[in-house]
Amino acid sequence: MDERTSAVQLKGITKTFPGVVANDDINLTVEPSEIHAVVGENGAGKSTLMKILYGMLRPDGGEISVDGRVAHFRSPKDAIGAGIGMVHQHFMLATNLTVLENVVLGSEPANAGVLDFDEAGNRIRELSRTYGVPLDPDRLVEDLAVGERQRVEILKVLYRGARILILDEPTAVLVPQEVEELFRNLRELKDRGVTIIFISHKLDEVLEIADTITVIRGGHTVATVKPQDVTARQLAELMVGSELPTPETRESTVTDVVVLSVRDVGVRVANRWALRDVTFDIHRGEIVGIAGVEGNGQRELVDALMGLLTPQEGLIRLGDADITRWSPRRRRETGIGYVPEDRHLRGLLLPSPLWENSMLGYQTMVPFSSGPWVNKAGAHKRTDDVIHEYNVITPGPDTSALALSGGNQQKLIVGREMVAEPKVLIAAHPTRGIDVGAQAAVWEHIRRARAAGLALLLISADLEELIGLSDTLHVILRGTLVAKLDPATVTPEVLGSYMTGAREAASA
Amino acid sequence: MNARVKIALLWLLVPVSAIVLALAVSSLVLIIIGENPLTAFRSMVSYGTQPNSLASMVNRAVPLYVAGLAVAIGFKMNLFNIGVEGQYRLAALLAAAAGAAVTLPAPLHVAFIMLVAMAVGAFWAGIAGVLRVKRGVHEVVSTIMLNFIATGIGAYLLANFLRKPRLPNELIIQTRQIPSSGHLSPLTVVGGEDLRSFVLIAVVLGIAVYVLIWRTRFGYDLRASGINPEAARASGVDPSRMIVTTMLISGAVAGLIGMTDLFGFFHAYTLDFPTGLGFDGIAVALVGLNHPAGIAIAALLFGWVDRAAQILDLEGIPKEVIIITKGVIILSVVIAYEVVRRIVQAQEIKGAAEETRRLEEEREAVPA
Repeated sequence: MDERTSAVQLKGITKTFPGVVANDDINLTVEPSEIHAVVGENGAGKSTLMKILYGMLRPDGGEISVDGRVAHFRSPKDAIGAGIGMVHQHFMLATNLTVLENVVLGSEPANAGVLDFDEAGNRIRELSRTYGVPLDPDRLVEDLAVGERQRVEILKVLYRGARILILDEPTAVLVPQEVEELFRNLRELKDRGVTIIFISHKLDEVLEIADTITVIRGGHTVATVKPQDVTARQLAELMVGSELPTPETRESTVTDVVVLSVRDVGVRVANRWALRDVTFDIHRGEIVGIAGVEGNGQRELVDALMGLLTPQEGLIRLGDADITRWSPRRRRETGIGYVPEDRHLRGLLLPSPLWENSMLGYQTMVPFSSGPWVNKAGAHKRTDDVIHEYNVITPGPDTSALALSGGNQQKLIVGREMVAEPKVLIAAHPTRGIDVGAQAAVWEHIRRARAAGLALLLISADLEELIGLSDTLHVILRGTLVAKLDPATVTPEVLGSYMTGAREAASA
Repeated sequence: MNARVKIALLWLLVPVSAIVLALAVSSLVLIIIGENPLTAFRSMVSYGTQPNSLASMVNRAVPLYVAGLAVAIGFKMNLFNIGVEGQYRLAALLAAAAGAAVTLPAPLHVAFIMLVAMAVGAFWAGIAGVLRVKRGVHEVVSTIMLNFIATGIGAYLLANFLRKPRLPNELIIQTRQIPSSGHLSPLTVVGGEDLRSFVLIAVVLGIAVYVLIWRTRFGYDLRASGINPEAARASGVDPSRMIVTTMLISGAVAGLIGMTDLFGFFHAYTLDFPTGLGFDGIAVALVGLNHPAGIAIAALLFGWVDRAAQILDLEGIPKEVIIITKGVIILSVVIAYEVVRRIVQAQEIKGAAEETRRLEEEREAVPA
């Protein structure tokens, strides 16, 4: 192969995607055995581009070549055939199976119809030795940490013969220590000749790992740079075209009035304590942050607070009332708002118009209904308010939620909850997937509501956001609160070590 | 608005393509069995457009319409009430027996019979609802089983308890006749065919169902549960209560399916009381896209086809051909609907995206 042949070359890729962001004349050249980062805000078109490269979407125009040959991918199968593999942000693993079984799933080695696991096991051991990705093929995936699970995903792709890896926001689910580990693995892979396309919006990580960085903004490729030639600030400016906001605390607005009080709450799910001995208070005007690696009981905590799960132990009080056994509706009506972790799963009625979406959770309240009747006019007016205050970009309240980009959907949800002026807001990842400008706006709304007395429970994977916004910070690990930290002094690294359990906790 | 006209035309493709396809397939079948499709269709049209046929079409459509409504209420929240059949038959039997057992002034008598029918239908459907909520039995399974049980119980009750004492030469098994205060006299008579007055009640019922589903909080909860049950639950909807309530309402409506025949023709539950309307209701709801107006059109279409097909026997053509026609209509509506829905959705999203881009450009043009 010619030294100069690029591993991947995209020329003039255009996609008028049914959504708000399209790809418009994207040009990207990835050299063999390099780590090429593609950065851009959420919604800039990175995911669309990667889906095109992986054969999940077909471009309307432009040309893809792999190893110098023009390629027409009709499905991921074609892309895999050309040596391209994708490691998705959300793992697609069967946790009750072993590493080996997960890796071979879908391309099982068979001998006259009988599975040949020995052969596969040997190949996996060989692959993990060659590429320096340590993994025991016989362990159950459910026993693996998040970082190890990601390695299983990488191995899965290598097993299928990929020489070009696409990693979609691989660090989103990792704590800082695991990120280091991942980067070691990636460098190892690169040294063995694998080409890596690394999608991210975290600039410090990109500057650390990448050999080349391509910046995408609004569906265009705006620049291709070398990390040594730019600073994080310049890169950020390329990405957003304006200054990066930071979530910083201002003077404390915490009062001594306890709004929500959680005492010794325990939740059993499938005969295991998913949540145990959880105790904390949220005061008027206070933001309590919960830091933790995903899957350590955050979901159960939220469900217990919203009434979607009944705790087997403990008490939840709202003001003077014991709400432990209240229905979700009664909690909503008493002033608990909810920004769900997954907007499509729990936050929206996708095919329904925005006005029907903005009444979800508030359908029994003014202005959305009066008595048994839906108040369509009231709902429209409130939806208009949310659209304007939260800068939801849409033609109007009659558009269906499907027609909104992810970021705008999230703004609608956050707006719907905040405009209702709840006493307590349970917010899981409130700024996930929205662009930097909108993120700053949401933070500003949160701060204002906090000053007006809102008690907020903030669950987030964004450590900067947690540290920046919270008045009090708890770390959750395996269903219990293991540390209470002061956001004014804690660093993301220290927080990360508590989250993984590397540091056992005395309260700060 | 141009885009809106385009979308309306797209929607019109659904019924048009269904009818064209149904005609094509039926013609093919007729040709295969050696009949001339043109003759068949011509005689169907000329017979089917006579005034008495039109009255008959409406009479046939009314129970189909009510059945379609009953099924659609469940469909709206992804509940498949396959048990409409058993619900209406049991309801008609018990309502007929109850109606014959009481003496009441006319309007009250009719209202009483309807109430009994709705209560029985609701009760029978409610069993499936409770089973689903308490024991996790899927309603498709339980309602199918309940259909068999309803048939059995109905036959047992009729034979042993509710049967009218038989006159010496009488063969028919039936309940006692409802006195005339419990009849509904026809609206008018068209060419010798009664136009039954229950059609008015059906119209009111359709409007009531529309209002319930699209204009009330309950209806919002119901539709939300159908679109995204998890989101509905998080928004405060109690899924168990919702399932039971919806089954009760669906069953209550199902209870009314037999009423037009009871009030306007049989005045008793007999062994030859119409059966199968509950299953036809599923087809009518599908073709009517679960909307009261669409269900009305579908019910009238099916009613007309049923009536017009009667002439085929006289032409020496097996009228069972019409079952194929109906089947093709159902299939093609379901498929065409899905295709058009996707196109319209893509159009809508594209329109919204263009609009959004325009808005964003406008915003950028204005200095902040």
